[in-house]
Amino acid sequence: MIQAFAFYLFAIVVLLSGAMTISSRNPVHSVLWLILAFFNAAGLMVLVGAEFIAMLLVIVYVGAVAVLFLFVVMMLDIDFAEMRAGFVRYAALGLALAVALVCEIFIGIGAWSAGGIDLARRAAPVDPAIPNIQAIGNLLYTRYLFVFEGAGLVLLVAMIGAIVLTHRERKGVRGQNIARQVARRPEEATRNMRPEVGQGVQL
Amino acid sequence: MNYAAQLAMTLPEVVLSLGALALMLVAAWSGPNATRAISWAAVAVLAGACVALVGPATSGGSAFDGMYRADAFAGFAKTLIYVAAAVAILLAPGFFQRTAGDDLRPEYPVLILLSAVGMGIMVSAADLLTLYVGLELQSLAAYVLASFMRRDARSAEAGLKYFVLGALASGILLYGISLVYGFTGSTLFDEIAGAYAAAPLAGSTKSLGLMFGLVFVFAGLAFKISAVPFHMWTPDVYEGAPTPVTAFFATAPKVAAVGLALRVAITAMGPAAEQWRQIVIFAALASILLGAVAAIGQQNIKRLLAYSSINNVGFALIGLAAGTPEGVAAVLAYMAIYIAMTLGSFLVVLQMRDTDGQPIETIASLSGLSRTRPALAFGLAVFMFSLAGIPPLFGFYAKFAVFYAAVQAGLFPLAVFGIAFSVIGAYYYLRVVKTMYFDEPAGEYGPGDRLEGGLIVATAAIVSPLGYLAIPLLTAWTMAAAKALF
Repeated sequence: MIQAFAFYLFAIVVLLSGAMTISSRNPVHSVLWLILAFFNAAGLMVLVGAEFIAMLLVIVYVGAVAVLFLFVVMMLDIDFAEMRAGFVRYAALGLALAVALVCEIFIGIGAWSAGGIDLARRAAPVDPAIPNIQAIGNLLYTRYLFVFEGAGLVLLVAMIGAIVLTHRERKGVRGQNIARQVARRPEEATRNMRPEVGQGVQL
Repeated sequence: MNYAAQLAMTLPEVVLSLGALALMLVAAWSGPNATRAISWAAVAVLAGACVALVGPATSGGSAFDGMYRADAFAGFAKTLIYVAAAVAILLAPGFFQRTAGDDLRPEYPVLILLSAVGMGIMVSAADLLTLYVGLELQSLAAYVLASFMRRDARSAEAGLKYFVLGALASGILLYGISLVYGFTGSTLFDEIAGAYAAAPLAGSTKSLGLMFGLVFVFAGLAFKISAVPFHMWTPDVYEGAPTPVTAFFATAPKVAAVGLALRVAITAMGPAAEQWRQIVIFAALASILLGAVAAIGQQNIKRLLAYSSINNVGFALIGLAAGTPEGVAAVLAYMAIYIAMTLGSFLVVLQMRDTDGQPIETIASLSGLSRTRPALAFGLAVFMFSLAGIPPLFGFYAKFAVFYAAVQAGLFPLAVFGIAFSVIGAYYYLRVVKTMYFDEPAGEYGPGDRLEGGLIVATAAIVSPLGYLAIPLLTAWTMAAAKALF
């Protein structure tokens, strides 16, 4: 019973927040609705017993989307004054959303400990005794070890490439030398001067 | 099978990856001053990978549940790849030092090493996943290398073009892979071959899906080997990329992609040979014809060599169209000789620079080179005659081998058309020779470089008639490599 209830709750919220993602005018709101959709999708994944994918959704998508959100705020031309104007008005709604997210986490965990929904048919049945994180780990670090490491190298090349193509050593930039700053003493940094009145100062 | 045995089979990749990581750390701490030392160290790592090819890496068989194959075929292709990558690393320091603009940064040899890892994975792939990871590793490093001269607008354009079109091709390839996986139920080449052999190849929904998958996979691979009609990126990328990088693009990744195409065609889709043969024959003839005709109007020597590489890939595909062990051996021999000719040509292109060291790329600047720099002119003439397939140079044997394999497989019309089109191709190679020997001198080039001069002599010796002495060895090696696929 609780599973069915949780399923319909998650499914409805996913659909609604998905619709809001594309219909809200402010890109920042879109991203927030998207995060809500991801959380609920993660709940659905927990219900079908794919806890690994649920974790991935929360960690990778929500985490990555939070960063994306940051970029959106930085790069798009958003009128912050206009956004802040509605803060008090929408604070209650925001709080309600946050409460909803927390509640869903609890419901999700509760439903999961009550036993997941049995899917009618599984494409690749796995041993029910093995949790699927362990099952994925078993494959990833044995059969797919070579490809997995290769994918790691692909990511490394992407990082090196991004740095090679964009990093510039600028000349004339005053970089910070922490050791020198720490080693600095008052006697080297200050001078006692007695300037003549009306003659100006020498720097 | 235990890990030690599996890692022993992948030893070349392990050596290259660890070497690249170590050199990356050295580069991060010592900065651009150590670029030359890191370049030499990278060449040493490639030499180490060549040594690591002896043993289980070429005779071990399958590793990682059949996803990786360590056989003679992979060994042959990897040897060519590592040699070409080493030459590309050696050429860079001199070129970047002479050329105004960006300096060589130590990431260059590291990226080539990582690209070599990807190419090694490509030619050893026995699974669609391995294939794709290797391909992406190679391509991603290549996109960065193409735009390595950041202040040069043409180099940035080359990188961007290569990236956008390469991503599109990867998408096409992935689409094909997903179709093949969906309709065969496996990503392993052996099991895919089983599914192709078992399925009726016409008239059912399943066969339609299998055929679509095959066509998309071949389209994606045709992009990577720059075969017509997926060649559009080649001239722009080859022209815009720094010359050592162009020399790299024209050699090592081409061998890797051709090796990959051979393995996919023969081991994964061998039972559907009748189906893919049509695609390969069309791509071969179209590449030879377009590579020959479109090169005629080129003014830039790098663009000319880009069309030459399209043209040569067409000839190599003729051997694949035969689909026999002899055909595959001929393709491998062709790629070996092609690498020597192409590296030699690009080494000469590197010598085309004014007295300040700035590169000149127009063909017109070669006018009268026979009088100002007779040795250089003779070298380029040797490479051009060899690329045109004129006996007694070694390039003739390469073309002879693929045509012979095609004729033996009963593909007479293909061989006849190929030979006819190769005559058109000879025109523009000979035009370069004519410019050098019969036109009035245009201007002096700057002085040569000892390392590059030595490499020119070495490659010219390989494509000279002396190369014929190596035929028994080459034949034995390529046949052993080709038999590993069947």
